[in-house]
Amino acid sequence: MVSAYEDLTGVGTPVLDRVSARGFIKDSRGYRVFRVFNILVLLGFSALMLIPLLNILALAFSDSVPIVAGRVGLWPVGFNLFTFNKVMADSLFWRQYANTVLYTVLYTAIAMFLTTSFAYAISRKNLKGKSALTWVALFTMYFGPGIIPSYVLVNRVLGWHNTIWAMIIPGTISVFNLLVMKTTFENFPVELEEAAYVDGMTTYGVLTRIVLPLSKAILATMVLFYAVGMWNSWWNAFLYLDDNKLFPVTMYLRNLIASSANTAGMSSGNPDAQVQIGSNIKSVAMVLVTLPIVCVYPFIQKYFVSGVMLGAVKA
Amino acid sequence: MARPSARLSPEEIAALPTTPPRRGNGAWRTPQGAVVSSVKETWGHAIRKNWRLYSLCLLPVVYLLVFQYLPLVGNVLAFRRYQAGSAFPYNIIGESWQGLRYVHQFVNSPQFWNVFRNTAVIGAYSLLFTFPLPIILALLLNELRSRRFKRTVQTISYLPHFMSVVLVAGLIIQLTLSNGLINEVLMKLNLIDAPLPFMQDPKYFRSIYVVSQIWQTTGWGTILYLAALTSVDEQLYEASAIDGASRLRQTWHVTLPGIRPTIVVLLVLNIGSFLGVGFEKIILIYNPTLYATGDVLSTYLVRYGLFSQPQQLSYATAIGLFQSLIGLALVISANMVSRRLTDASLW
Repeated sequence: MVSAYEDLTGVGTPVLDRVSARGFIKDSRGYRVFRVFNILVLLGFSALMLIPLLNILALAFSDSVPIVAGRVGLWPVGFNLFTFNKVMADSLFWRQYANTVLYTVLYTAIAMFLTTSFAYAISRKNLKGKSALTWVALFTMYFGPGIIPSYVLVNRVLGWHNTIWAMIIPGTISVFNLLVMKTTFENFPVELEEAAYVDGMTTYGVLTRIVLPLSKAILATMVLFYAVGMWNSWWNAFLYLDDNKLFPVTMYLRNLIASSANTAGMSSGNPDAQVQIGSNIKSVAMVLVTLPIVCVYPFIQKYFVSGVMLGAVKA
Repeated sequence: MARPSARLSPEEIAALPTTPPRRGNGAWRTPQGAVVSSVKETWGHAIRKNWRLYSLCLLPVVYLLVFQYLPLVGNVLAFRRYQAGSAFPYNIIGESWQGLRYVHQFVNSPQFWNVFRNTAVIGAYSLLFTFPLPIILALLLNELRSRRFKRTVQTISYLPHFMSVVLVAGLIIQLTLSNGLINEVLMKLNLIDAPLPFMQDPKYFRSIYVVSQIWQTTGWGTILYLAALTSVDEQLYEASAIDGASRLRQTWHVTLPGIRPTIVVLLVLNIGSFLGVGFEKIILIYNPTLYATGDVLSTYLVRYGLFSQPQQLSYATAIGLFQSLIGLALVISANMVSRRLTDASLW
């Protein structure tokens, strides 16, 4: 284990590492100055990324008096759980939270089923019509359908207004994810599949018992892409749902924000204390909505990065 | 079907095409002189052999046709009047032809120039800042010698990408309140005497939007550049170091040319989505006092098309179509220019 000092300065790293990092000529003074500056810039950048989130976290657990006075920075002032408990006791909040979980699970399951089966089929090299099928999907990436025609379709033609279907069916095939999976399946070792066919397995058997169990990493990545997308989404709910018993929890947050945005727009000069108490509740809701994502984020981050890279190779 | 080449005379062989026939069956010859007969698989045979694979495509294709292609056809609504309560297919393509009526209505509406200008300006600012920043950040990260520090900065900078747009909107509104964090810091630093009315004065809106865009996209945007950076040939650095190039000159002459294809492709993509300014965020944060700078094509479309009484669906479809056609034209022309000037292109 290297110390933090060694890690930052490069002192104590193997000579070969240092050679490849800086060429094999000693660092110039200018470059050494730059490296210190670089570390400072990146520290500052990281701080800017985190400050808004820390501010919300602090607000969520602060007393409303310091909030109104604008004295809450990155640490709670007058720590209390009053607002937190208030939101926790709101049955509508939990109902909508449960909706979000339900929508995320169902949507991810449907999306994975459609994406996996399509990706596997169009990844087979000697399938007739394969390129046409690929283009059917690819075209939609360049020319999407537009907001209003989609709205008309779901709302008027299918009549899915105020139903769960409007939440979990539109948007279940992401072309990007499809291409990532197709690339992965194309690189699957042919010998394994051939052996399975020799043993008398059908295509379905090969897919479910050979290919999928050996592609767990990519499946996990895709599940995460879809699940996080659904967890964070609010637009479909905004467009297709009126009933607050069906709303996902992002709509709870959206309604809090909308009321405060309008108040901010109307009050000229000093906004009243009402907005501030609102911002306390809002912060708690924001923390609770984001908490699951932040909790799993450190563990799933690398899957996302690898997914993006695979997609980029294809595109 | 295979015919022994011995039966063909040399003249006949020379007359054969050198590539397999595009459609149908036929003989051709390879450059080495071998005669090959190619028999195209018929659909009947393909389906009998691979019906399980085709069955896997069935639901996804139906899904794409219904949810992607049907609304695409539904774009004709831009030229047709919508009548509520009509039967399929008229409930998606509209009742009767109106020609360019809705397009004219939009182009001649008093809001047209305001909305169009706002979209173009916000799009241009976003492009100007959110496009180069990930490149710079990736270059800075690339100079780090400590793996651990690099990984930490990456982890932190990717985080905003995973936040819901609703959360981002909430952050923006909270931070810009008159006693929010930004105003408090500016007051502490004595840069201002009284809190700035960020969300009540249209002149701040574009900056707020672009800053939030930077916050959301910069870190995540580095991924592809960092990947491209690892593929730059190490020998080029060694050679240029021997030639006495400083680190800065190496960056300019080795690193940047090495990641140029990535830069160009991402620029083309960014230009294509130029007018598709992130409307979800704007709808969440704006209010009527900010329409002068914050109202863009897609927010205008949603407000007039869906949330007005009565809904003006045809009118809004016309605006949406206008926007996607401009987007398509932009991406095609950007791609053409990049193919001329550099060798990198999307297709």
